[in-house]
Amino acid sequence: MSTHQPPMPQAPAAAPEWQAAPGGPYPGYNSPIPVVRTHLGHALASEWTKIRSVRSTMWTLGVFILLVVGIGLLAGFAVSGSGDLSGQSPLTLGFFGLLIGMMCIITLGVLTTASEYGTGMIRTTMTACPSRGRVLAAKSIVFFVIAFVVTLVTVSFVAMVHASMLKGHGASTPSGGEWLKATVGISLYIALLGLLSLLVGSIIRHSAGAITIMIGAVLAPLVIALFMNASSLEKVQKALLEYSIPSQMGVFYDNTLSSSGPTGWDPLWIILGVTAAAYAGAYALLQSRDV
Amino acid sequence: MIELAGLTKRYGEKVAVDHLTFAVSPGIVTGFLGPNGAGKSTTMRMILGLDHPTAGDVRIDGKHYDQLRDPMTYIGALLDANAVHGGRSAYNHLLCLAQSNGIPTRRVAEVLDTVGLTAVARKKAKGFSYGMGQRLGIAAALLGDPRILMFDEPVNGLDPEGIHWIRNLMKSLAAQGRTVFVSSHLMSEMALTADHLVVIGQGRLLADTSMADFIRENARSYVRIRSPQRERLLDVLHEDGVTVVEAGGDALEVAGGKAERIGELATRYGIVLHELSPQQASLEEAFMQLTAESVEYHAHAAPAPVPRDWGAGWKGA
Repeated sequence: MSTHQPPMPQAPAAAPEWQAAPGGPYPGYNSPIPVVRTHLGHALASEWTKIRSVRSTMWTLGVFILLVVGIGLLAGFAVSGSGDLSGQSPLTLGFFGLLIGMMCIITLGVLTTASEYGTGMIRTTMTACPSRGRVLAAKSIVFFVIAFVVTLVTVSFVAMVHASMLKGHGASTPSGGEWLKATVGISLYIALLGLLSLLVGSIIRHSAGAITIMIGAVLAPLVIALFMNASSLEKVQKALLEYSIPSQMGVFYDNTLSSSGPTGWDPLWIILGVTAAAYAGAYALLQSRDV
Repeated sequence: MIELAGLTKRYGEKVAVDHLTFAVSPGIVTGFLGPNGAGKSTTMRMILGLDHPTAGDVRIDGKHYDQLRDPMTYIGALLDANAVHGGRSAYNHLLCLAQSNGIPTRRVAEVLDTVGLTAVARKKAKGFSYGMGQRLGIAAALLGDPRILMFDEPVNGLDPEGIHWIRNLMKSLAAQGRTVFVSSHLMSEMALTADHLVVIGQGRLLADTSMADFIRENARSYVRIRSPQRERLLDVLHEDGVTVVEAGGDALEVAGGKAERIGELATRYGIVLHELSPQQASLEEAFMQLTAESVEYHAHAAPAPVPRDWGAGWKGA
């Protein structure tokens, strides 16, 4: 703004250095700020600044770590004090903290998108970056990486503590595959669950509504199944139990509520499919709706 | 340069913006005027690509908004001072916007200084007063040092000092050769800042004229006269070549500032005058007349009468 220029359109010959400037044939002010062709990297930097500069991120992740570590240690102490795992893997004890802790990841996921609608920030965001697909991609990548790294570090720490704590309490020595599933596998699952929440937040555009939907999606199948005692509904009840999110999380610890249903890495492929579908839906709605 | 061509936005049956065609030129402040609900904000949202037009087209320097790769260096907009996450500091709010457009980080400190928020840069935006929020919004608009600036009702809710600051800012931005497009529902405000006027009502274009022309056409001055010797006065004025218009009641009106001449004539012919007053129709009145047909939300002094056939359709059904 330091360059004061005459008010009316200038002759192009007067300013040869402007020729690469925006506007082409359109007269007017030309900024000394270099013009940058923006790309996804710019959007990623912006979203990283956004997510680290609000307190809700620290709160949700802090409570997540506290729950996973705290409940994990309590479970470890309880077992090492009194009992005997009778040949089970010590890693299974990590499941309980994560079962409650995932609510924090769901909340953070929803807030990443929906809070922008609540505050009106989304209009500023979309004005700064008119490519709506780029905004959604940047938010998804930044959130997914944060959720995955935080979950992986926390879960791995708890798993290592459990393994050393419970040596000689009848616990089996977990294999490499078991380690992988109980750390990287479950972290990918939780991060994808969080990403699904982020997408639901983008679709619903309302924080409380989206959080309610996600918690409902986690709990409802189990609760509904409890009331399905009629024999004609036995198959539905079984499917609800086996495919409920807590039960699928248990698969990573071989700790399922039922003997059939998804096994191995199945839950990861299921949530990947669901998240991909939600991404497509969120993207299509973002493109078609007014902000 | 912002160019609108037949821009239309419909929400179901309701037409918010109806075939708007006009251009906003660089180097001047263009006022965008209309009563509440006239479609000003919707138009601005379509310019920024936030709302999809139902029909028509809007281009910024020949491009659609979503074709702009670094939109903040093209066009800076203050749409809504509340479009900020309250938990984020002013500095971080501007930083994330700068990063998304590849604007150098030093610009954040520069614009904070320009709008006078340096002292509260690290404070959360939710603690800001309305005026501070407005300044933060303007800082965001200035961040990319853009060629075009768009402000939606920038003086709303500001104190006199803030209003004065914004007026001077807009004028200086236009003087640098930038396009400045500012909406308001106050004619008096526009008369002080705008060089060109675009008036809309119920989404339709009512006027697209320079401020000078608008004032020339609408700010007429006249002399109001009342006299018990009305017929005699009319004869005298007629003989002198003064055109007289009969106004309401027993008053007469003479266009232009001829109060002295009329007073002298009346004295010479011994005519008693009860009133001889120079009058000026305000721009506000001219604006209200222009938009009277299209005001969306009328306030009624008395309760609206119930139509005589009220309930007829219900009875017939």
